[in-house]
Amino acid sequence: MKKITYRQALNEAFEEEMLRDPSVYLMGEEVAQFDGAYKVTQGLLEKFGPDRVVDTPISEAGFIGLGIGSSMMGMRPVMELMFWSFAYVAFDQIVNNAANVRYMSGGLINCPIVIRGPANGGTNVGATHSHTPENFLANVPGLKVACPSTAYDAKGLMKSAIRDNDPVYILENTILYNESSEIPEEEYLVPLGKADVKREGKDLSIIGHGRPIIQALKTAEILEAEYEISVEVIDLRSIRPLDEKTIMDSVRKTNRVLLVEENKPFCGVGAQIASMIQEQVFDYLDAPIGRVSSLDSPAVYSKPLENEQIPNPQRILKSALKVLS
Amino acid sequence: MSTLKKTYQDASVNKTLSGPDKKNLYRQMVRIRKFEERTLRVYQQGKIGGFLHLYIGQEAVAVGSISILGPDDHVITAYRDHGHALMVGMKMNECMAELQGKATGCSKGKGGSMHFFAPDKNYWGGHGIVGGQTPLGAGIAYALKHQKKKGCCLCYMGDGAINQGPYHESLNIAALWKLPVVYIIENNGYSMGTSQERSTMVPNDSLAERAEGYGIPWANVLGNDVYAVRAAVAEAVQRAHQDYTPTVLEIATYRYRGHSMSDPGKTYRTNEEVKAYQQEHDPIDRFQAQLKEEGVLSDEEAKIIIKEAKDEADAAADFADASPFPDLSELSDDIYWETDQPERTTEGRIFFD
Repeated sequence: MKKITYRQALNEAFEEEMLRDPSVYLMGEEVAQFDGAYKVTQGLLEKFGPDRVVDTPISEAGFIGLGIGSSMMGMRPVMELMFWSFAYVAFDQIVNNAANVRYMSGGLINCPIVIRGPANGGTNVGATHSHTPENFLANVPGLKVACPSTAYDAKGLMKSAIRDNDPVYILENTILYNESSEIPEEEYLVPLGKADVKREGKDLSIIGHGRPIIQALKTAEILEAEYEISVEVIDLRSIRPLDEKTIMDSVRKTNRVLLVEENKPFCGVGAQIASMIQEQVFDYLDAPIGRVSSLDSPAVYSKPLENEQIPNPQRILKSALKVLS
Repeated sequence: MSTLKKTYQDASVNKTLSGPDKKNLYRQMVRIRKFEERTLRVYQQGKIGGFLHLYIGQEAVAVGSISILGPDDHVITAYRDHGHALMVGMKMNECMAELQGKATGCSKGKGGSMHFFAPDKNYWGGHGIVGGQTPLGAGIAYALKHQKKKGCCLCYMGDGAINQGPYHESLNIAALWKLPVVYIIENNGYSMGTSQERSTMVPNDSLAERAEGYGIPWANVLGNDVYAVRAAVAEAVQRAHQDYTPTVLEIATYRYRGHSMSDPGKTYRTNEEVKAYQQEHDPIDRFQAQLKEEGVLSDEEAKIIIKEAKDEADAAADFADASPFPDLSELSDDIYWETDQPERTTEGRIFFD
């Protein structure tokens, strides 16, 4: 085992997959000479040259559409959005073209692309740069969506995404880029559609994705130490496909659920999961399902307010106690 | 005019055409015209839903340009895509069946009029959003360059598309990275129901001239003369093959019908305008007269070609009528590559019905 950061984990995933498959190339704003705005692609230009690590102009619709076109011809672009918030100027490409071209061609055309980049608040940059669009991306049949919360998952999911023959969108988190976790020395993959039980417990299931899962693990420690409550923490990792079995198994065991995510509450990922839980394991529930999301306003700039707006361990604790009461 | 015409006819790419080659160009234009006319009747019978954008009047553009292409050249276009589809070699049957939403359609009834595809014929659609295909065209060219093919991508759009942002992003990238893409603006004068004068600021009345700002070679081309189209496209394709230089061509043409079937095509132009064009500038009549003058095509031969094309279109309509609609169970096919394979490659639930 070795301990590396989330950032390094992604970097290793790119390097390994580029060595494995010559049709894989990286493309995005400042990914090559500048090593990436968040240094996720550091050193790869030197290793693979400018044909495979490609700096683009600030033209998200242009270069993502270009990547999609090249993928129809058999190339496998891994495209960085400096922020997923910038996806909105390229939404026609990301949603209309990437997700629909296989269907509209009656299965004749594939679109094996990866679009990746950070999608998170908590960085004091205001509403335009803090979007978390995993809920609306996962709403689109034809797309696959994953949100790794640890270095281990980031590497394993990214490698699976690059090998996948469908469009896979990976939503990362700038606050997690420096977080480390242990990964094996040897090669491994994390399959899309497989949740991870990050902590086992019996009294409450906290289920979600992204950074709130890391926070939930801290909350679980507090609940155990101060309230003698045993919490199970399920990291979905992948939003679509979704590991519903692991979710339902956990609910059957603990009978109480708190859903956590950084999405806004309305039509968030948690809304879908709550619906599935009540439909499939209603009789196992001992309390209404709780949810922690970002508070329902545009991402606020002011730092003390933003800390309260996005999920944090205190808010997760408060909501957990409510579900347990 | 006659000198100009002489020039196009004498362009090397046209000079080398044999009599049968020329007749085939004529035949392809007639096939598109007759297919579209039949399509119009099928629509009026209520068998085609949604939008239908007819290519009638613009035939010389698709036929002239695609006739230039070789095995490593590719085509992508917008929603007025029937003409290009037939010219790359798609069959009338599969196209007509697609229009009727039938399982035998080229996209199994899942794409419709605006979304014809035939990757085996280097034809990448068929795209419904104005300008949305322009970055895809650059991407096809990017792949060709990186795969070290001597090929290019013809990326068609209407005159309305040139005011979309992705088109400009694509031009910038195509010039910056030297991509072998030829953007072809089929200028039929109306971006939907808004005339060029009311939608587009170009100082010298040339849409192609905007390419100047990106340092891309460009030209304005006469679009009702198949020889003129071929001469201009051949030059652009050669440039792309030689050193990956992109080109923008604006090909002046005219659509006889409205933007789509929901547009009668009369509110923003007069009947006289349409009639005058048909009588004086029709690309098929013009080429027929030209070939007669060259002694390549007699009136009798032309009649036979027209009759054959009509029959082919009628047969396609019969084929579509007789074909079944797709089964509801096929709704979830062709969404993911993965779920069309015998075994899943990921885990978990992927559809949420």
